[in-house]
Amino acid sequence: MAHAAHGSNYLNAQKGLWSWLTSLDHKRIGILYFISVMSFFLLGGIAALLLRGELFAYNAIDTAGKATGQLLPSADSYNQILTYHGAIMVFMVIIPGIPAILGNIFLPLQIGAKDVAFPKLNLASWYCLMAGATLAMITMFSTKVDTGWTFYTPYSIKSETAVTTMVLAAFITGMSSILTGLNFIVTVHKLRCPGMTMWRMPLFVWALYSTAIIQVLATPILAITLLLLAMERAFGVGIFDPKLGGDPVLFQHFFWFYSHPAVYIMILPAMGVISELITTFSKKTIFGYTAIAYSSLGIAAVSFFVWGHHMFVSGQSEFAGIVFSFLTMLVGVPTAIKMFNWVATMYKGSISFASPMLFALGFLFLFAIGGVTGIMLAVLPVDVHFHDTYFVVAHFHYVMVGGTLMAIMGGFYYWFPKMFGKMYSEFWARMSWIFIFVGFNVTFFPQFILGAMGMPRRYFNYIPAYEPLNRISTMGSWMIALGFLIGLYTIIDGLISGEKAPKNPWGSKTLEWEADSPPSVHNFDHEPIVTAGPYEYK
Amino acid sequence: MLLWILQKLTVVMAQAESFMPTQGTEIAKSVDNLYAFLLVISLVSCVIVIGGMIYFAIKYKRKSDHDQTAYITHDTRLEILWSVIPLILFLFVFAWGWIIYHDMRTMPKDALEIHVNGKQWAWSAEYKNGVKSSEVVVPVGRDVRIILSAEDVLHSFYIPSFRIKQDAVPGRYTNLWFRADKMGEFHVFCTEYCGTQHSGMMTKLRVVTQEEFDQWLTTESEVSTLPIAQRGAKLFQTRACASCHNVDNAAVKVGPSLLKLFGSLNHELEGGAQVTADENYIRESILNSQAKIAKGFGPRSGMPAFQGQLSEVEVTALVEYIKGLK
Repeated sequence: MAHAAHGSNYLNAQKGLWSWLTSLDHKRIGILYFISVMSFFLLGGIAALLLRGELFAYNAIDTAGKATGQLLPSADSYNQILTYHGAIMVFMVIIPGIPAILGNIFLPLQIGAKDVAFPKLNLASWYCLMAGATLAMITMFSTKVDTGWTFYTPYSIKSETAVTTMVLAAFITGMSSILTGLNFIVTVHKLRCPGMTMWRMPLFVWALYSTAIIQVLATPILAITLLLLAMERAFGVGIFDPKLGGDPVLFQHFFWFYSHPAVYIMILPAMGVISELITTFSKKTIFGYTAIAYSSLGIAAVSFFVWGHHMFVSGQSEFAGIVFSFLTMLVGVPTAIKMFNWVATMYKGSISFASPMLFALGFLFLFAIGGVTGIMLAVLPVDVHFHDTYFVVAHFHYVMVGGTLMAIMGGFYYWFPKMFGKMYSEFWARMSWIFIFVGFNVTFFPQFILGAMGMPRRYFNYIPAYEPLNRISTMGSWMIALGFLIGLYTIIDGLISGEKAPKNPWGSKTLEWEADSPPSVHNFDHEPIVTAGPYEYK
Repeated sequence: MLLWILQKLTVVMAQAESFMPTQGTEIAKSVDNLYAFLLVISLVSCVIVIGGMIYFAIKYKRKSDHDQTAYITHDTRLEILWSVIPLILFLFVFAWGWIIYHDMRTMPKDALEIHVNGKQWAWSAEYKNGVKSSEVVVPVGRDVRIILSAEDVLHSFYIPSFRIKQDAVPGRYTNLWFRADKMGEFHVFCTEYCGTQHSGMMTKLRVVTQEEFDQWLTTESEVSTLPIAQRGAKLFQTRACASCHNVDNAAVKVGPSLLKLFGSLNHELEGGAQVTADENYIRESILNSQAKIAKGFGPRSGMPAFQGQLSEVEVTALVEYIKGLK
């Protein structure tokens, strides 16, 4: 700790805004991502609260056939806000969330490297995200977009809103994702410290590595699809537009060929975080290290062949539906394996209920529900009923929010002492967990029932029968908001008045805990030499 | 024993209609059975995973920072077991789903065919004899095939009570079929986002007896050639307006009499305001009766809103009929 006072850690090695904006230090770039992603999350969250507020009650309908909004001026503004909520949360929060913040900071530390393989590329990918985000924000606040984050044709061709600039914004953020993935793959292959074999890497690194493969292979497909859509709008090339002989369903194939693997870009890193949390707070070696590592790769591989399960009622053939349903069942198996392995890791452990572990347990709880409902949706005739209803909305929030966001929060509380060299208030961290966890279930569980009752998604208004459950759901969203506000307070309070953190507050075994808190600019004073696996709690 | 409990539980869940809309077809019942089975095995899996997690968390709660823990790296037999059992279960529900899906997607021969077109933001059903209707009317107990098309953007034709849904895609036909077992009115929603009024793109599917259906089809086809006010008169009967509103000097029924309504300048409303009873006033009162309530019939009238239930032509026909009541 003595160094910290002499300005030798990465936070105070250099001063001034410019030193941050031009920093090539992977940890500083991680902090840049942290600040920007959290700001996007705030915006996306406000959008979510507006949507839920609007759905709080059934709207009467006027003579022009229009429902008058509870909160929002019109159906159009609701449709725009739902587009922003989806686009911000997917492209700017959940996809970059874990890899770009926690991965950036801890992947090199966990493999004993000084930095990522291409530090300049790393900074460039942050600028890509910011450029894409800026373009998206300008579009949202000036010209507006109302296609939903999925940009389905032909609506996105016909819409008079600024679809083209929004699509270009998503294209640029995609570049950021590709560059980060590329950087991670090379880092993992080339920069491991002596003794750090592939099979001694922490499972968080394995998860990031699998994710990076998907990012590099799948994101270009999205890029091409979005460019084709922009060309269709600008020049009428006739690929997707049925009036010109194009096929609107082709867009869905292209879109989901990226966006389904993207679901695993979102969840795999979260699974990696959970492996770290469960081992540390159970003081146990992971149960089935190889199985978890291989299941990450397995999920990454199979994820490319299940996109058609988004399209069971789109007009694709019966045969295609059957094949995609079958393949989707196969992707369920490695996911189930991971769940069992995590629970088995707790067996005969020494389990602490520190706040990061609460988030990990919350993850297991919510992801179990997200997982089984995923299997329901993979069953063909059941999906025919649930497709595009609130059942799907509830399912993917259980996976994306209950899964990824819980892991981000847990991982963030876990690594906070390392990132900033300070401890946060455990009490407030637990309070944030309670509100987020309970609020999440209050918000999204009723949506399963609403979906089963038949309430379609992306509805500005609904039939009166759906009102009571929508009320409960909206009230839950306020609890989640409160939970995140408490979380924000916990972080700020920890940064300002937190006690100094020791090197290894949780007694973890992975390499990053051997660096100082916060780490020095070059991470380790001497290059570490690894002689054992990552979770040797003997 | 366990199997018996599972079976009982499945039956109970399948009958619990409160979470699912009424089962309007045989296929809806078979989908619900499969769903109930999925719910039960999901519940069991969640109990195992979440229950195991909670049990371990309590049993192995940390006592001191120096706790000794077991060192268990893996157990191949256990891992194979918990890979194979889910796989078998998944393949089982996949196969079960396949069987029902195959029924759903195999169009019956000799079905009554109805063309349904989706357009921002209304459905329009067209029958073989040329009748066009904003609501879909079908006979009970007969195979019906809906041939879907879309005019502008994607739409999706969804009847929750029949557990059936199919996208309507511009530039091609898609189809779905059902055989309604229950008479009554069922919701039809659009479930593929289609712009501003997406959530207003609803209609009714009305299941009636074969006789009523034939009669409806004949009447509709005759009505479509009638002068507009006479079409309104027919609608006034078929939509049961007449059961609440008089069109003569007889005693007032549930709602106000409509005789000499049109053109009255000082038509008094609940709350004291006055309006001119012009075309737009009548239109509004049909579509959203709560907007302006005639004096003496408030504060909330019992009349349903007909928004989304009547086509534009039908509203106009009713307005013209009411204008003629002098």
